[in-house]
Amino acid sequence: MSDLRLRLAQNRGLIGAILMFALLYGLYSVLHPRGGSGPLLVQNANESFALVLAAMAQTLPVLTGGLDLSVGPLMTLVNCLASQVLNGGPADLALGIALCLGAGLLGGFVNGCLVVYGRVQPIVATLASGAVFTGIALLLRPTPGGEIDKDLSFGLTYDLAELAATFGLFDDGKAPWFAPFAGLPTPVLLVVAIVVLVWLPFRASVTGRGCYAVGSSEGAAYMSGIAVDRSRLAAYMLAGLFAATAGLYLALQTGSGNADAPQAAAYTLNSIAAVVIGGTSLFGGSGGVVGSIFGALVLRAISFNFRVFDPGSWLGALADPLLQPFVEGLVLLLAVSLGAARVLRVRNRLHLFG
Amino acid sequence: MRLALPTFDRPSLLAAGSILVILLAGSAYTLSMGGAATFLTPGYLLQQLQIASFLGLIAGGLMMVILLGHIDLSVPWTLTTAAVMATAVGGPAAIPLALAIGCAVGVVNGLGVAYLRVPSMIFTLGVNTVLQGLMVLHTGGYAPQSQATPLMAFLATGRVLGLPAAVLVWIAVSAVLVVILTRTPLGRAIYAVGNREAAAYLSGIGTNAVVITCFALCGICAALAGCMLAGYSAKAYQGMGNAYLLPAIAAVVIGGTHVLGGRGTYTGTVLGTILIVLLQSVLSVMQMPDAGRQIIYGLVIIAMLLAFRRAGGTEG
Repeated sequence: MSDLRLRLAQNRGLIGAILMFALLYGLYSVLHPRGGSGPLLVQNANESFALVLAAMAQTLPVLTGGLDLSVGPLMTLVNCLASQVLNGGPADLALGIALCLGAGLLGGFVNGCLVVYGRVQPIVATLASGAVFTGIALLLRPTPGGEIDKDLSFGLTYDLAELAATFGLFDDGKAPWFAPFAGLPTPVLLVVAIVVLVWLPFRASVTGRGCYAVGSSEGAAYMSGIAVDRSRLAAYMLAGLFAATAGLYLALQTGSGNADAPQAAAYTLNSIAAVVIGGTSLFGGSGGVVGSIFGALVLRAISFNFRVFDPGSWLGALADPLLQPFVEGLVLLLAVSLGAARVLRVRNRLHLFG
Repeated sequence: MRLALPTFDRPSLLAAGSILVILLAGSAYTLSMGGAATFLTPGYLLQQLQIASFLGLIAGGLMMVILLGHIDLSVPWTLTTAAVMATAVGGPAAIPLALAIGCAVGVVNGLGVAYLRVPSMIFTLGVNTVLQGLMVLHTGGYAPQSQATPLMAFLATGRVLGLPAAVLVWIAVSAVLVVILTRTPLGRAIYAVGNREAAAYLSGIGTNAVVITCFALCGICAALAGCMLAGYSAKAYQGMGNAYLLPAIAAVVIGGTHVLGGRGTYTGTVLGTILIVLLQSVLSVMQMPDAGRQIIYGLVIIAMLLAFRRAGGTEG
């Protein structure tokens, strides 16, 4: 019983984010005339995917006690790259996807090297590398446009039936056993796959545990024989990979590349907010990617709700699109201020100064 | 012992050297294109200083916060809010109102960071979004129909004895900040809190008051810069501050101020500001496309940071 209580206490942030998401998305589903229907789920999942991946990317550097301000720019860079390489035959497409993910890993590697070997503070290092990434993105795609393979795009950004039909799996998705899953949005499946195939093995590995250890106390981690440099480098590279996936998906979803610097900045800022809402400590050492996923979903669910509030009701006053940025900011402020509850529990003021 | 006279530490020297290199490279370029050495004429340099004074004001305020080991991401919309409200009110009350808004935003930031112990990056980010929301609401999403007051225009574009008024404002504000940093207990407290807040607290410094004061100073500087920018372009507009946050952080950091706080000189910040403004100017004169400008800009910052590491020795 105390074991369960301990686990609950350790995952308070994650549980809070899940409850908040359930509440907000539940409200949305009730208010929306077609709430809970397949196409709506697919649409919402599509709109959330890029931010979810950006939040996952942001989580890793934050876990090590750093920060990655280049998540948005790197996403944009890969988005522009994808709009150049994602067409042609199956072999070309596979190569293109590999190239995009490779670019993300390389970007993360550069960030990691600056932080680990250059000993530059993560926040300035990624600020500068973000400017470089934006520049390269502009070189690749001076004006929005490009062409993305339509089949790949449809297959990956709709539901499983579409995916199966596109790639001729399971009798084009008409196999009887496949029917219960057919309506599942592909992006949801992709996120689950990334968590199960990439994040969970990474977290269980020595390097992954090293990330948590470095974030908790770098000195102690070093003294315990943890490869501090390798863990940190791995965190930034994995962040690059996740950011690249987000950029790739954005390209599939919009069918084009766009070197949009304000949009990149918005993704970076929202990814930090999502990480905080998801219960990962900005001081490093505790939290995880799953919390950030729900943190991102909370942010998205808030903006979904603005679309469906009945203009006549008191909530309708909130639905004014002009109010939306204000309310979003307030929610962010309130969410982070909730963390201030710990100030009241501290017995010795010196503990506040971390 | 920090003296009021500029003490040139290695980052400052590095920045000063880079400024010379940029000027010489730019001159070599214009000479090779058959023109004169435009970059070395007093007219050009004064004009660059005038443009630099906007960024310099913001960077100076931001430096106060960075010296504490915090950061203020609410600068863009503090600046915009102050400018929009000042132009909306107009008249003699415009600039005092703007400064009051800047101060109020800074105090809110400071309260959140000092008392709620929310990481400054997140809290100021939230405040930034809230301010943006308020301005969208105030203007209805359209460009505000307002005009900068004559005083704002004069501060930004006027000339006194042949010197741009903006530069004089920058010098005046810089003098105040330098005196605060080097000659007052507050200045010592700022460096102390930046070095180790717990130790500063145990030495009897009211650390929360120091944090709030620094954020308020940062807000006031941003608001003043907002007024002058509005005067420069004759009106305030949405998003006018967005282009200033990252260059301001870069100017402070290139000037040798440690991002974790406790170390840095005002001279460095001034040199960092001039370096960034000159770099932007030379690159645009060379008709470098935006993409190339971004890349070079980022690479220069990275190169300077890496150079510090070699010069700085055993930093944390």
